[in-house]
Amino acid sequence: MKRFWKSGDPFIWLSGGALALSLVMVAGLVVLVMMNGLGFFWPSPIARLTLADGKELVGQVVQREKIPQPGAPQGTPERYRIQVRVGNRDLYGADFVWVEEANIVRRDFPPDALLIERREWGNLYGFIKEVRDGERVVAQGSGDGWNALQTYLPGETETFNEIRRIEKREIGAINHAQEKIRLEIKKLGLRGPDGSPEVARLQQELETLAARYREHAASLAELRQSSRRSLVVSAAGDKEKELPLAQIVRAYRPDAMGLLAKSRLYLSRLWEFVAGEPRESNTEGGVLPALFGTVMMVIIMSLFVAPLGVLAAFYLREYAKQGPFVSAVRIAVNNLAGVPSIVFGVFGVGFFIYLIGGSIDRLFYPEALPTPTFGTGGILWASLTLALLTVPVVIVATEEGLAAIPGGMREASLALGATKFETTWRIVLPSVMPSILTGLILAMARAAGEVAPLMITGVVKLAPALPIDGFWPFVHLERKFMHLGFHIYDVGFQSPNVDAARPMVYTTALLLLLVVLVLNLTAILLRSRLRKKYTLSII
Amino acid sequence: MVTRAEAALAERRGDLSIKGSENGQKALAPAPSDLRMQDQTVGATTIMEPMIEIRKLSLKYGEKLALQDISLDIPKHQVTAFIGPSGCGKSTLLRCLNRLNDLIDGVQIGGTIRIGGIDINDLDLEITELRKRVGMVFQKSNPFPKTIYENAAYGPRIQGIQSRAALDEIVEKSLRQAALWDEVHDRLHESALSLSGGQQQRLCIARAIAVEPDVLLMDEPCSALDPIATAKIEELIAKLKKQYTIVMVTHNMQQAARVSDYTAFLYLGTLVEYDLTKQIFVNPSKKQTEDYITGRFG
Ligand SMILES: Nc1ncnc2c1ncn2[C@@H]1O[C@H](COP(=O)(O)OP(=O)(O)OP(=O)(O)O)[C@@H](O)[C@H]1O
Ligand SMILES: [Mg+2]
Repeated sequence: MKRFWKSGDPFIWLSGGALALSLVMVAGLVVLVMMNGLGFFWPSPIARLTLADGKELVGQVVQREKIPQPGAPQGTPERYRIQVRVGNRDLYGADFVWVEEANIVRRDFPPDALLIERREWGNLYGFIKEVRDGERVVAQGSGDGWNALQTYLPGETETFNEIRRIEKREIGAINHAQEKIRLEIKKLGLRGPDGSPEVARLQQELETLAARYREHAASLAELRQSSRRSLVVSAAGDKEKELPLAQIVRAYRPDAMGLLAKSRLYLSRLWEFVAGEPRESNTEGGVLPALFGTVMMVIIMSLFVAPLGVLAAFYLREYAKQGPFVSAVRIAVNNLAGVPSIVFGVFGVGFFIYLIGGSIDRLFYPEALPTPTFGTGGILWASLTLALLTVPVVIVATEEGLAAIPGGMREASLALGATKFETTWRIVLPSVMPSILTGLILAMARAAGEVAPLMITGVVKLAPALPIDGFWPFVHLERKFMHLGFHIYDVGFQSPNVDAARPMVYTTALLLLLVVLVLNLTAILLRSRLRKKYTLSII
Repeated sequence: MVTRAEAALAERRGDLSIKGSENGQKALAPAPSDLRMQDQTVGATTIMEPMIEIRKLSLKYGEKLALQDISLDIPKHQVTAFIGPSGCGKSTLLRCLNRLNDLIDGVQIGGTIRIGGIDINDLDLEITELRKRVGMVFQKSNPFPKTIYENAAYGPRIQGIQSRAALDEIVEKSLRQAALWDEVHDRLHESALSLSGGQQQRLCIARAIAVEPDVLLMDEPCSALDPIATAKIEELIAKLKKQYTIVMVTHNMQQAARVSDYTAFLYLGTLVEYDLTKQIFVNPSKKQTEDYITGRFG
């Protein structure tokens, strides 16, 4: 036994086993997230279920589970139930129903069963009854109706997009300008009463803006008027629903689709998820604002954390006199990484938002008060809070890199007549760059996944505008933003329709993983490029 | 024994000859004649043109005495070797000459060192100026993790030379002097760390002579090299001494005998014997020296 232990084999098995276990757990997590997330976009078939009591259900089967029968005698046959997404929330009240399999007498997949993704109220399942243009019926029945739908839908969608564009861009710009002028007027008022000619000029400008607004409003009304085609759908349970075509995001008949068409639909839904705006309180549509907010926040954080951490590490390792005090500082920095992130969040609120943000508001934006500009949560403060949270990681990694640089290299440089700063700048910094990037990679990964401190420093469920847009000064660091991590929490646990939102949780988690992966890969590539530059580098 | 050695070396000649003025080829200004130190006798000869004058140098690492009352003159354009058992303070002494020991916490240095007639501990002297005049090659080769070219050009760049043409010229010249040019001229922009150990050491020599110092300190430059590379570097030292004053540390008696003109034997932080190499190896005046040289030591 002793020989066996001494031989070292058990240690190899133990270490290998530990690695394998970790890998299995990580792989399991990723596979779970991938399966649940990516499967969601695939158009699964629509089933029509006829129940024993004569009722009919039309929808997609989501899952199947055993019904627990506590206390049943041995040998009782097992019973199963399935969950069906029947949609039509506005008609039935709930999206999902559970059906016991024993109660189903017939199950078929009608090829003309239609699934409509709506802009509001979730999915609609049913069969086309007729297509109308205003009051006039233009097509009847599933076949003709489907063709008519194909003809009219693109035009209606275009009109809808045009309406959205005018609302967001044109009217948005007018609102923005109006707000600025109002603040300007208020500012003049704060300075004293003698700004009257200026105020008059600004009032004049407001008038022109209001006129422009009226023009746009008129064209909007016209567009809305022109979009009057609608679809009448008969749904299971003898219900009927009339739906304006403009309300349709997508309409398709999964049971009549081939593999190619399904794949195309899959990609289109996937793309909508990544590049689209959220709908229905985030449970449908895309996550672009959250994706954008996450990446932007991580980048801003990196811009702060990299110089801060690197400089601090340089001072600690290169300049400070090593002794008990520096050791204490080092231990404190390391322990900072273990402080619960929410505490950093609280600090961020107290220090960044109230103290610094509040002061900025008082000094530079007095005209907007009491509405805070910087004195409220925003992407800048969230990034700074996270920078504070992750700075120990960068410090530790950089310090380790500095410690690994042979002392002989510094001496060689000094012996050539370089000053300490020249040595640091030309020799030490390039050599420690890979370690700095390693630290940054860890910091970014940590920041991208952090949620708790963000919830109180600037993340919101739905941000009205991205932190970067077309209005001067283009980058709006004071704005609130959306974040994938918070999105997961919000959609998964705060939404009224948890069942419908569940796939979104997985897909968003998957996307967050991908974001972290991409950010890390970029840094890793950069690092290996740096390393290659010095081939057999010692670090 | 130590005291006897000391006594012999502490013998001074009361000559105040003026000769510091032509020392220090470039930067180091000539010392005023009245500041010239007394000459040091080396065995029977007097060094007529000392480049480096060390007087009563002692050094403590914290509480540990590493050098004790060392006085010697190192001649210009000659090779002087420091020999002695491990830990006797050879490197420490060498590093005093470009004040590299200043970097270590808790070092106390006493005594004076003059290079080219200038007190190197003079507060007015920029330490970087001193180090530009006193180059050093280390025991362990330590090229920068940069390209071969950038390694050789590092010193000149620090001195503010920016013109590409001038740098090219300096790099080529110093690499040729270090007998490395033929091996690397077609891969100047590859990493220096891709070179072999011996090539790296020669690159370190090239890097040190690129700034054309007056004095070149070499701490066991061949300790990690094979006989062929060692021979190359010894050849190089013989060539370089026409231009530079070379001080080297070596553990290899044959090497000291082959390349050096003067040899100093150190033992436990004290200077036991210092004389012409011929004299030391043929006819050492101290028993201790003889024992060490012949390998009968300890
Ligand atoms: N940084 C330091 N701090 C404290 N003591 C030191 C330091 N450097 C050297 N010493 C001590 O000073 C003495 C002389 O060291 P030095 O490096 O000069 O020896 P050396 O003659 O060069 O030896 P070797 O031939 O092994 O290189 C040694 O006893 C060593 O322990
Ligand atoms: Mg040594």
